[in-house]
Amino acid sequence: MIDQITVFLENKEGRLLALCRCIGDAGVNMHAMTIAESADFGLVRIICDDPQKALEALNAADFRANKTKVVGIVVPNRPGGVADLLEILDDLNLNIEYGYCFSINNDEAADVFKIHGDAESAGAAFKLEEAGFKVLSQEDLA
Amino acid sequence: MSIDQDVLKLPHDQIEQIQLDGIKKTAVRVYENVPFYKNSFDEARFNPYEINSLDDLSKAPFITKQDLRDNYPYKLFAVPMEDVLEIHMSSGTTGIATVGGYTKHDLDIWGECFGRGVTYADGGPKDIVHVCYGYGLFTGGLGAHYGGLCSGATTIPMSAGNTERQIRVLKEMGSTIICCTPSYAMHIADTAIEMGLDPAKDFHLRAGIHGAEPFSDNFRADLEKKLNYKVLDVYGLTECMGPGVAIECMEQTGLHLAEDHFYAEIIDPATGKNLPDGEWGELVLTSVDREAQPVIRYRTKDITRIIPGECACGRTHRRIDRLHGRTDDMMIIRGVNVFPSQIEDVMETFDDVSSWYQIELSTKNSLDVVTLKAEVNPGFDLDSVASIENLQNSIQAKLKTALAVGIKVKLVEPKSIPRSTGKAKRVIDLRKENEK
Repeated sequence: MIDQITVFLENKEGRLLALCRCIGDAGVNMHAMTIAESADFGLVRIICDDPQKALEALNAADFRANKTKVVGIVVPNRPGGVADLLEILDDLNLNIEYGYCFSINNDEAADVFKIHGDAESAGAAFKLEEAGFKVLSQEDLA
Repeated sequence: MSIDQDVLKLPHDQIEQIQLDGIKKTAVRVYENVPFYKNSFDEARFNPYEINSLDDLSKAPFITKQDLRDNYPYKLFAVPMEDVLEIHMSSGTTGIATVGGYTKHDLDIWGECFGRGVTYADGGPKDIVHVCYGYGLFTGGLGAHYGGLCSGATTIPMSAGNTERQIRVLKEMGSTIICCTPSYAMHIADTAIEMGLDPAKDFHLRAGIHGAEPFSDNFRADLEKKLNYKVLDVYGLTECMGPGVAIECMEQTGLHLAEDHFYAEIIDPATGKNLPDGEWGELVLTSVDREAQPVIRYRTKDITRIIPGECACGRTHRRIDRLHGRTDDMMIIRGVNVFPSQIEDVMETFDDVSSWYQIELSTKNSLDVVTLKAEVNPGFDLDSVASIENLQNSIQAKLKTALAVGIKVKLVEPKSIPRSTGKAKRVIDLRKENEK
């Protein structure tokens, strides 16, 4: 399991820049960033090498930020890679709230899933490891 | 100095006699010395020499804030300028500033009236009164200051601002009673908590005398919890002296009017007719014994009521209810009357938003649009768009039930709503600008 930082941003000019600058100035390196948007606000989700440090820097700068546990899985670089992965999870009756993808290096990519419920999340990670997938831990990203 | 406690427990008919005797003299004095009153009494065919009961006063014409502005700066003074010792001006929340003048006698009364609040909080010479209303033309600072002195308490003239220094003084100098606006008290409490202090333990406060802006029961409860003290509401206005016209006692069931110095009526703001005790309407005040600038039937525009019956504390001065807003703060949104305090009551039932909110009125396709901005609190699970939208929707639904008008709720980032050291600016009206 890895830690994702979620930041609440108003739809206002310059806020995303301020957010990224804040994390950069804290010496934190981002691996992935995705934005979920509504009419009035955005939620920025970030995977980085030091989530705790990022969270502290954001709170100190008066951003409203949370830390959330998500499952990160290394996906094979071939057609059907993600489908194989989801098939393993299929009979667990999970609710995947959202997901996105980022590349770790030229050969490998990782999928990130937010699965509803802590126990369900851990169960999914265990099942994926059993099936031979590499489930990322925070140390893998440091 | 000390505060006369006996006058607060006089039988009410004796208080009424003091009022009648005082008003008879005051009405004649203004008629003979102030051209404005000569004209307005004559025009209304009101004879100030024939006031035989307090009820007769209801035949006198009103004086309004506009009359005060029209007679700027000194034309309503009823004494020669050499007898005027001090000048104050209103904070001008709703327009041009209005002037208040005070003789030695007027300043003594002011200190006495506000000082009663200190004694309502069981305070006196052993107390330390921390005044962080702004000092200067605003009546809050010096009014509370004179009250502190008059009660015999040690008075610290902090004035507003420099919040970290306020916190240091509150912690280190043992202040027991704090006087400021309720929103500034909240700002001090929140800043202290942010600095890693627990103001409930680290401060030594027993009571706060807070006024100059309306605040809800929930806001009061929140303050009392954070600062571990009792909040007493104080009412006043520059046009009729300043803070101290009415102050709550520890029963917290309404504000005791200083009835030996002010005579209060409640009128229907639309018709100007007097309303019976218990009914909500506009407060109208008459000076019993003010010298420099007495008012006869001043329309305060503040909405309250006279609370019928006696207070459990045993004081006989009648109480007004906590202010329900001002006739000119009242927003008319798509034909529905809305007071900011009603919105505040709803907001404070939600733990996930802070006490800071702002209402923005605008026009879209010639319809009023109300947007309420509120800050999300730490600890709220904001990981999904749905969780934020659910919070917005549930606040919207509750507001709709409480106000019978739709308000769009917009959650905003921390500290994006400006903090104030004086009166909080809760409402921003862009409707006129939208029409341009």
